[in-house]
Amino acid sequence: MERDTHFVLGVYDDEDVLLNAVEEVRSSGVRIQEVYSPYPVHGLEDVLGYKRSRLPIAAFLFGILGTTLALLMQYYMMLFDWPMIIGGKDYASFPAFIPVTFELTVLLAAFGMVGVFMISSNLKPWAQPRIFDVRSTDDKHIMAIDIANNSAMDIARIEDILKSSGAIEVNKKSFE
Amino acid sequence: MQVTSSVRDPLITGGKTYHDVTHDVCRQVENKPSVAWYLAFLTAAGVLALGSIAIVATLWEGIGMWGLNKTVGWAWDITNFVWWVGIGHAGTLISAVLLLFRQKWRTSINRAAEAMTIFAVICAAMFPVIHMGRPWLGAYWALPLPNTFGSLWVNFNSPLLWDVFAISTYFSVSLVFWYIGLIPDFATIRDRATGLRKTIYGALSFGWDGAAHTWMRYESVSLILAGLATPLVLSVHTIVSFDFATSVIPGWHTTIFPPYFVAGAIFSGFAMVLTLMIVTRKVFKLEDYITIAHIEMMNIVIIVTGSIVGVAYITEFFIAWYSGVEPEFYAFYNRATGPYFWAYWTMMTCNVISPQLFWIKKIRTSIVATFILSIVVNIGMWFERFVIIVTSLHRDYLPSSWAMFYPTWADVGVYLFTFGLFFSLFFLFAKFFPVINMAEVKAVLKSSSEKVSK
Repeated sequence: MERDTHFVLGVYDDEDVLLNAVEEVRSSGVRIQEVYSPYPVHGLEDVLGYKRSRLPIAAFLFGILGTTLALLMQYYMMLFDWPMIIGGKDYASFPAFIPVTFELTVLLAAFGMVGVFMISSNLKPWAQPRIFDVRSTDDKHIMAIDIANNSAMDIARIEDILKSSGAIEVNKKSFE
Repeated sequence: MQVTSSVRDPLITGGKTYHDVTHDVCRQVENKPSVAWYLAFLTAAGVLALGSIAIVATLWEGIGMWGLNKTVGWAWDITNFVWWVGIGHAGTLISAVLLLFRQKWRTSINRAAEAMTIFAVICAAMFPVIHMGRPWLGAYWALPLPNTFGSLWVNFNSPLLWDVFAISTYFSVSLVFWYIGLIPDFATIRDRATGLRKTIYGALSFGWDGAAHTWMRYESVSLILAGLATPLVLSVHTIVSFDFATSVIPGWHTTIFPPYFVAGAIFSGFAMVLTLMIVTRKVFKLEDYITIAHIEMMNIVIIVTGSIVGVAYITEFFIAWYSGVEPEFYAFYNRATGPYFWAYWTMMTCNVISPQLFWIKKIRTSIVATFILSIVVNIGMWFERFVIIVTSLHRDYLPSSWAMFYPTWADVGVYLFTFGLFFSLFFLFAKFFPVINMAEVKAVLKSSSEKVSK
């Protein structure tokens, strides 16, 4: 039944063992599909070799957009569309426009960044995630290895590497 | 990995394993609610129903139902608004500011504190909306919409409009911050459940799978949201204080207001968090997660902010005298010795003297004392807003128009309504949502203690 197996799963129960295991497994030439954890493990993205998230850049750009739109809106309404003298102040009373500008900057930065995060991580109410092991949201870290990506190595060898790296269990999983 | 001192006590006691954390928190979501929960929820819902009579009366008859008169045009409505907004400051402060300062003890309390923030802001927003008298037209007055009289816009020079933007931004950003944190925990509940519960929590968890890529982005989003929410939380009460500080009413027209209001908001918010958490930890048996050490930390924040508030009261009084402006000094002298002296001295006792008791270690680590003092602080903070608002107005420049404010049954009813709303929402949250952020608690389980049980 070897042919039906698509993934080999290493199950780990300690974050430090996991961090060392990821390095060991990768250095022995096995390509890791993804690691699933119940909580964020610091340094995991570094040992997996992931590039840093560009979400901060998205937040900054949305923030700048918020600042610009807020100032344009207030100047248009208070200066061009219906100019009014209020409290003897100038039409263009810049300091009075700061609070609304600040709030809209924060609003657009936060919502823009969260929107990008939702889209890039495919988070949506109707999403049907592939769950390799239900314990990955409870107390175990699951390292998934796609056989198709490691065709040069046979499954028994991958299993040995996982076991020697400290996995408490090695399982196989396939999806329809 | 973060290095944590081996001499520091673990944040979570009782030698919990990762699975214990999941089990202890999911338990009350999965089990049938207790009789105590039903009684508490029905009481809150009853108060809500009773209070809604006052809401309907106010909307039907107009705000003439309230005890306002031509001298005191703002009273309980704005007092309650500022009080609730102030309470709504603790959640985001705990989750955002303490995240930036890497205070790991926040992980046990941030979920419930943020929920409380959101519900408190909903209660606060009620007051300006019903004070409009005809709230169904409110969108034209509060939002920059071209109205039917031509393209006459809202006034961007007005602090009341800044408040609209500040509070709606604060509410929506807090809601998003809270929900992002809830997603991994909903996934945990989903993976333990079957049937309808699995479908519901599956939809709520947005298809979360805990992949390292997603966690990396999640951490990035949390950090930036914390960075955005920190100036936001400070801006909200600053702008609320502008409602008063930019006016030319003696007693309101003071530059000390923004920092003093922010400190007061944190002070009352932490007190409300303590009131709720002391009950929640007991009812849901979460004493190992919200420990005496957590309560002590929050009490220390209360001493600090309470002392800032105390210094602000005294400074205000001193400056009123030192300025040499007669109406300004009279406003303060009248507060302390006039017909509302009892409100002023209630405020001074509850806010300045009572938090100083927390210097005594026995008191700040006592659950009963903390519970009582946390309620005393919020009574004091309500009186602070009442004193600032009503005593500054009731004796204005013309002695012939001096008046007193007496609340009517509708004033009391509307205030009760917000209590009913707040507690109904909180009890629903406590039953159906994980009250402790499981993922974040698991993340500090190992780094906060030398050994972790498996």
